[in-house]
Amino acid sequence: MSDSTTAAIERAARSATRQVLRDFWRDFRRNRGAVLGLAVFVALVAIALLAPLLAPQDPILQNRDALLMPPAWAEAGRLDYLLGTDAVGRDILSRLIFGARFSLFIGVVVVSIALTGGILIGLVAGYFGAWVDGVIMRVMDVILAFPSLLLALVLVAILGPGLLNAMIAIAIVLQPHFVRLTRASVMSEKHRDYVVSARTVGAGPLRLMFLTILPNCLAPLIVQATLSFSNAILDAAALGFLGMGAQPPTPEWGTMLAEAREFILRAWWVVTFPGIAILVSVLAINLVGDGLRDALDPKLKRS
Amino acid sequence: MFGFLLRRVAFLAPTFVGITVVAFGFIRILPGDPVLLMAGERGLTPERHAELLHQLGFDRPIWQQYLTYLGNLLQGDLGTSIITKNPVLGEFLTLFPATVELSLCAIFLAVALGVPAGVIAAVRRGSLLEQAMMGTALVGYSMPIFWWGLLLIILFSGILHWTPVSGRISLIYFFEPVTGFMLIDALLSGQEGAFGSALSHLILPSIVLATIPLAVIARQTRSAMLEVLGEDYIRTARAKGLSPLRVIGLHALRNALIPVITTIGLQVGVLLAGAILTETIFSWPGVGKWMVDSIFRRDYPAVQGGLLLIAGVVMVVNLVVDLLYGLINPRIRHQ
Repeated sequence: MSDSTTAAIERAARSATRQVLRDFWRDFRRNRGAVLGLAVFVALVAIALLAPLLAPQDPILQNRDALLMPPAWAEAGRLDYLLGTDAVGRDILSRLIFGARFSLFIGVVVVSIALTGGILIGLVAGYFGAWVDGVIMRVMDVILAFPSLLLALVLVAILGPGLLNAMIAIAIVLQPHFVRLTRASVMSEKHRDYVVSARTVGAGPLRLMFLTILPNCLAPLIVQATLSFSNAILDAAALGFLGMGAQPPTPEWGTMLAEAREFILRAWWVVTFPGIAILVSVLAINLVGDGLRDALDPKLKRS
Repeated sequence: MFGFLLRRVAFLAPTFVGITVVAFGFIRILPGDPVLLMAGERGLTPERHAELLHQLGFDRPIWQQYLTYLGNLLQGDLGTSIITKNPVLGEFLTLFPATVELSLCAIFLAVALGVPAGVIAAVRRGSLLEQAMMGTALVGYSMPIFWWGLLLIILFSGILHWTPVSGRISLIYFFEPVTGFMLIDALLSGQEGAFGSALSHLILPSIVLATIPLAVIARQTRSAMLEVLGEDYIRTARAKGLSPLRVIGLHALRNALIPVITTIGLQVGVLLAGAILTETIFSWPGVGKWMVDSIFRRDYPAVQGGLLLIAGVVMVVNLVVDLLYGLINPRIRHQ
């Protein structure tokens, strides 16, 4: 093949990719909820990145003169503690702003681990089939037989409480979904003509798995990754709430709720705001997930 | 149908073996001396340690230990709790009805509200009502339920004083459990006000536990209905002049419910995971709270037994749902 033909093919491929992205964005933009979710998510990322600049106070600094101070608009509130303080006098707004870092970090790490592991295992199971597939899928069935939070709790009990171990536990629990999805797509793709012809011209198993088949299985994986992102935030907050996730004084939202529990009937603000932060983040990501599903996979168009 | 049942059970056998391996392995991969973990005694002398090591079987090859574990399982022996010194199976069975009662109420709520909501949303497609309902469903689906529970306690217990904060029934009532279901036992006891007390304790936890399944069922019902409403036989039914209510209620809903039943079945795992949080918030004496407490008390035999039993329950319920599915949808049965 001459250089000019190769260049022409590459150009065509690039413009095709651009066309796909344009179509995707057009479909995605049509869903107002998804765009709103995306906007909130981008804002969250910005808050997380700029936390040291945005936070009015040090998130773990305790002020003995301002214990359980109500929000600024309440009667006894003060302007320098906009959302009030917790039981040891820490500024709730600053803790929430720094907490955004933890939640997004948890989502990114958990999804990266679960996605990478899930894709690798799923590719192997789907590509090789036979007993390899049988063994892998039975192991995944076992993981899925346990309620996710219970398994994560027990894993953290084994590994020891802490944010890192909580993330590992949640990633293990979420991974089988990626394995199943990858395997199913690989099995439906691997006998298609384009794969067979790639094999005929001598592509090895690694090339076939990663370069030929995988790009065509990505759509459902992206949707699942978004849903897992929000699940990871919820589960990590739940573990934090149960005392098994991030440990005090880390300003993680679930851990904040755990510390606030005994004050719920006296100081509504220590309970309300961290929960709103979790709900808004998870909701935004789920909105994006719904939009992605509709835009990426016309077969799955449901809502 | 019997062949279908056998195939399903055979299919589950490897998973069940896997669950026993997980429960068995759990104690052995915990960091620390397994004898100390399982015996729960302090200040062991070396002699006592060696004796316990032998008694608990940790000195034998791992496959022998596993076979002994399986043998004990088959005899219903899941070990003894370190803290209470009671058999783990007995403890689980005492607490399990509380979780079942709560879960049944939650799933009833979720189906009773979720299915009609999904149907209305599908029929009124594109309306403001649909958008409001599906927006609410997405909020419910995204809800951190432990926080939702705390909010409801603040509102209904703290401010309005309508509902109690924790437990299954007011302490002024006492009767021996007959069925283990507080609502039924309260009625059987004949004590005035007992049923009302049990019901008022059950309301908030049920709402909290029902939230996510409700959202999932509403979303699933809506999409299943939308799919069915586009089918030819619905057009035919409409063309015959059947009333809209009949078309939707009889022709469409019956077929749309098939995937919804699977979804409801899949919620059992979600419910048990939710029960861990819900029971902890409301001090509901069920197996979810028991598992959390056992983990914190390092009562590892209890955790081991609980893991196995809860996974077993999820598996059995999923099997029943599978069989139901085969019953209402013959195409699955004959595959």
